Amino acid sequence: MKILVCMSVVPDTTTKVTFTDNNTKFNTSGVQYIINPYDELSLTRALELTEAQGGSVTVIHVGLADSDASIRKALAIGAQDAVRINAEPSDATLVANEIATWAASQGFDMILSGRESIDYNSGLVGGLIAEQLGLPYINIVTKIDVAGTEATAVRDIDGGKETVKVALPLVASAQKDLTEPRIPNMRGIMAARSKPLTVVEPTGASAQGNHASFELPAPKGAVKLISPENAGELIQILHQEAKII
Amino acid sequence: MNVLIFAESAEGKFKKAVYEAISYGKEVASKLGGEAIVLCASSQMPNDADLASLGKYGASKVIKASINEDRPAAMAEALVAAANASGAKVIVVSNNYNGKSIAPSVAVKLKASVATGVISVPNTDNGFSVKRGVFSGKAFADVNLSADIKVLAITPNTFTISESGSDASVEALSADVSENAYRVAANSIDKVQGKIPLTEAELVVSGGRGMKGPENWGLIEDLANTLGAATACSKPVSDMDWRPHEEHVGQTGITIKPNLYIAVGISGAIQHLAGVSSSKVIVAINKDPEAPFFKVADYGIVGDAFEVLPRLIEAAKQLKSSQ
Repeated sequence: MKILVCMSVVPDTTTKVTFTDNNTKFNTSGVQYIINPYDELSLTRALELTEAQGGSVTVIHVGLADSDASIRKALAIGAQDAVRINAEPSDATLVANEIATWAASQGFDMILSGRESIDYNSGLVGGLIAEQLGLPYINIVTKIDVAGTEATAVRDIDGGKETVKVALPLVASAQKDLTEPRIPNMRGIMAARSKPLTVVEPTGASAQGNHASFELPAPKGAVKLISPENAGELIQILHQEAKII
Repeated sequence: MNVLIFAESAEGKFKKAVYEAISYGKEVASKLGGEAIVLCASSQMPNDADLASLGKYGASKVIKASINEDRPAAMAEALVAAANASGAKVIVVSNNYNGKSIAPSVAVKLKASVATGVISVPNTDNGFSVKRGVFSGKAFADVNLSADIKVLAITPNTFTISESGSDASVEALSADVSENAYRVAANSIDKVQGKIPLTEAELVVSGGRGMKGPENWGLIEDLANTLGAATACSKPVSDMDWRPHEEHVGQTGITIKPNLYIAVGISGAIQHLAGVSSSKVIVAINKDPEAPFFKVADYGIVGDAFEVLPRLIEAAKQLKSSQ
């Protein structure tokens, strides 16, 4: 089984988000970058599936050379090889077009992504790739297994869960609970140094959703404290003053 | 320019998000000088009277397209057929789990620009831009959409439902959905019974590590049930399996924006606040007066959750029995 894992690189979750250049650019100064947490789940699940059933896992990333450390980490976790498409990942359409074009002729049985990246939160890349390649798409999966040429998956739906089955090849996006992320061990880190990381030049797909400017949420006013002894007052305030219950 | 709005239905009924989406679509259509047209694609179609009543929220026409099974891929094909039939240039879906599956598929088929998590009506002064949430609730961005057709997935519980119009006309459309749309087959569906889904909830009561263990969640549930709220939790609580992952709100969980978010025993780590900071009213209950949650809360109680919660439940029960 050949699995492709789409990986984005995002600011660490503890990042205090600020902007520069008159709020037109994300302020990267002092920011630590990590593999997008949902993509890390995809990667780990891909490794589990191929370890059990044979096959290989390729990681693909659209980005510039500053992502290479994160790609090496993915190789250290266990992917066999990696591809970096050398383009600024300016929007989901561009990223998905580049990946779909590269993957079209590679014969993958499964393409996995995270359900969204935790920076731009578009949640589009998996669905766009599936549509471009004409493959079935299972969004937001918490379980995926393969038997022969058929996959069974559990996905979150509005107000519950759904178990689905579909023949390979397919595209799916990972939700929390899919598996536990793996921490690379020393052997993996050593091995990653010599694994292939191929840099591919982009086909020139264009972005269609330019994030032109940013803003931070308005600061909150001071908290209004209620004494714990009279906690019940809160309910009256929410009813009469805030009028929300 | 016409606007096409997707109306999701379940068991012949519409969800609240549909009325929001139509009200939003009508506002966009008025701005662009077009009509708000609604598509309902379902295997269990609501009756014509219910379809026509969507006119109340601003729809001038409701198109109904029967599909064999309620798969997102089939809904996407029906939307594309309706977009082509109605000449719509803006397609509106709700940014719920279903909408998130439909939006990219429709965007590729129509060669459209697509934005998810949209929280504003488009600004058309200079091109076409919308505001959307980024960095998992830590910031917002204005996104310029450049393609001729735009797909907008709007954040639930963001836009006001406006009722003014009268009944809409109802038309049937034969959407010719392909076999491919049914490749992903549902074996079983497990809907959570008797609980309000967190993503649709207007009121949310959430617990953190301060609740000390899953056995104490009865207090959270009691307060939630009395208020008619959904329950949620912080990341450590979900990681320790005290509560299921669907309840985890925060940067790596889900982002919500209810009218009321009550955080009990949650300190307010930056990752958690990202997921809830757009809530209209935030209440923090924590023993630690230095808890970061008090910096973003509208109301706060510094105290022991196990003493405070029973008082809140009591007061909420009194309020509800007097209503």
